Amino acid sequence: MVDAAQSYEAGQHPDMPPPRSEVGVLGWVKHNLFSTPLNAALTILAVWFLWILLPPLIDWMFLDAVWTADSRKECWAKMEEPEGAACWAFIRGRFQLFVYGFYPHDSRWRVNLSFILLVMAIVPVLYDKMPGRKFGLWYAMAFPFIAGWLLVGGLGLQAIDTDQFGGILLTLVIGVTGISFSLPIGVLLALGRRSSMPVLRILCVLFIEFIRGVPLIALLFIASSMLNFFLPPGTVFDLLLRVLIMVTLFSAAYIAEVVRGGLQAIPRGQIEAADSLGLTYMKAQALIVLPQALKISIPGIVNTFIGLFKDTTLVLIIGMLDPLGIGRASLADAVWAGLAREVYLFIALFFFICCFSMSRYSLYLEKKLHTGH
Amino acid sequence: MTDAVAQDEVRQPTKELTVGEDIAIEMDGVHKWYGEFHVLKDINLTVKTGERIVICGPSGSGKSTLIRCINRLEEHQKGKIVVDGNELTGDLKNIELVRREVGMVFQQFNLFPHLTVLENCSLAPIWVRNMRKVEAEEIAMQYLERVRIPEQAAKFPGQLSGGQQQRVAIARSLCMSPRIMLFDEPTSALDPEMIKEVLEVMVELAESGMTMICVTHEMGFATAVANRVIFMDFGEIIEQNEPHEFFNNPQHDRTKLFLSQILH
Repeated sequence: MVDAAQSYEAGQHPDMPPPRSEVGVLGWVKHNLFSTPLNAALTILAVWFLWILLPPLIDWMFLDAVWTADSRKECWAKMEEPEGAACWAFIRGRFQLFVYGFYPHDSRWRVNLSFILLVMAIVPVLYDKMPGRKFGLWYAMAFPFIAGWLLVGGLGLQAIDTDQFGGILLTLVIGVTGISFSLPIGVLLALGRRSSMPVLRILCVLFIEFIRGVPLIALLFIASSMLNFFLPPGTVFDLLLRVLIMVTLFSAAYIAEVVRGGLQAIPRGQIEAADSLGLTYMKAQALIVLPQALKISIPGIVNTFIGLFKDTTLVLIIGMLDPLGIGRASLADAVWAGLAREVYLFIALFFFICCFSMSRYSLYLEKKLHTGH
Repeated sequence: MTDAVAQDEVRQPTKELTVGEDIAIEMDGVHKWYGEFHVLKDINLTVKTGERIVICGPSGSGKSTLIRCINRLEEHQKGKIVVDGNELTGDLKNIELVRREVGMVFQQFNLFPHLTVLENCSLAPIWVRNMRKVEAEEIAMQYLERVRIPEQAAKFPGQLSGGQQQRVAIARSLCMSPRIMLFDEPTSALDPEMIKEVLEVMVELAESGMTMICVTHEMGFATAVANRVIFMDFGEIIEQNEPHEFFNNPQHDRTKLFLSQILH
């Protein structure tokens, strides 16, 4: 048995296990929750807060909540006291509206199919250990076009007007399109802004600065009203398409700046090494510079994506019915009026789940790409 | 002489090093400016195949700039540089052609940190020479064995010591089977105990008949391997000679001053 109190000849000291109070659950609690008096006080305060807050919240949201009813009155009648708990019956009754908007009933299978195809497209992009990932990626690149055809119709499918898109469907259409197109456009803009060709550089700078200098709402108004003035009379240019373009360009400008930050962090020596091996500019960027720059930029890129996803709610202002718009419209229904808390909580939950998943995925990606330098 | 220690540590080549007849690099009246600053002044230098040239001089003397002009990492503004029969002009295709034949090793290694050692080495053969992946990796392993770190192939550069990284960098250049190798202070960023392993690889490379230009202050290496030592100061080639004469019988005052400073 080794004994820490014992003394040893120089160079003879054996490795010993750490003291018991420094490892295991006890060590973790000591180091993380009670390491200093302030930390201990904060721990106790936090526990106290949760103690007060959680039980009534759980009662309101789940235990006392009413899940089936046909009107607000019926809902409240089922409670011990009116407004004393959540009336999820309202959300249940309107659930289809929240998901599909006014998409025609007999065509909703197309939306469902698109959701399934979306999941199938996301998996190979996010998960690199998938067998046959290469085909998955090709499919993911084709997905926006397949989904576009499925949702809008034409070419053998009944055409559906994009005014009828709404709810979560609309959010996902704008969010997924914005995210998947703004990244490549943003990367090109960032490279253009660092280009040694002055004309290209100035064009990119002007574009980025203009888009960043104008609020998204203003761009959406331009999309909804002004764009018609610039187009030849009689051209039909779908409103949703215009919004998609604006949202994509808006987010691309931000992505460009985030990626530029990443590009600047790559030491000059990396490009010199690539050059000295005979790689062309494009190959050096694609194989050496961008993989490193994008890795550094992940937190900023995901931050921009999360912002874009939440900004999709702004389309409400130009009359499109995203979940928030559907929620407001539903609250105008006299049978249900007064249930704002339930509606907004539900919408908040939907956005939180989407955004939090993106955030967790970005953390996973950062960890995975870390190569110890 | 200097560092008697450093000199002892460099292995003497075991076979006779010869110089060929063909001209590998020709620099004719080359000038370069950084803005107003005249970095290279009328550089005339002819390098034959198989030559091992060591360039030394105080910092800021233009020695790094000179070798960086040879693979056009720096552009010269006046004069002519011909590498392996190709003149360096603004023509991008030509520059890429030259860079394929000229390997370069940097002071800061400049390995690609997001790729494994093997990927670092096989990248250029695959993407520049359009080699198949299997074949490129075979060649990469061959050179990693030559620099004696095949067991590190699957690691990332960040997990290696400085000396190991620099040897990988040498292997990476060699994978393109260059005809000329440029070394820009390859041992200056290394801890003393790692300098030897890198110099050993360079001596071996000289034995294989490679045309080499090294910017270095490793005088032990210069005496063991170089057939010519060039001294630069203020952007000019002040003096050049074969190593023994250069160290023992310097002609120019500035050379004497420099040697007295580095050879304590």
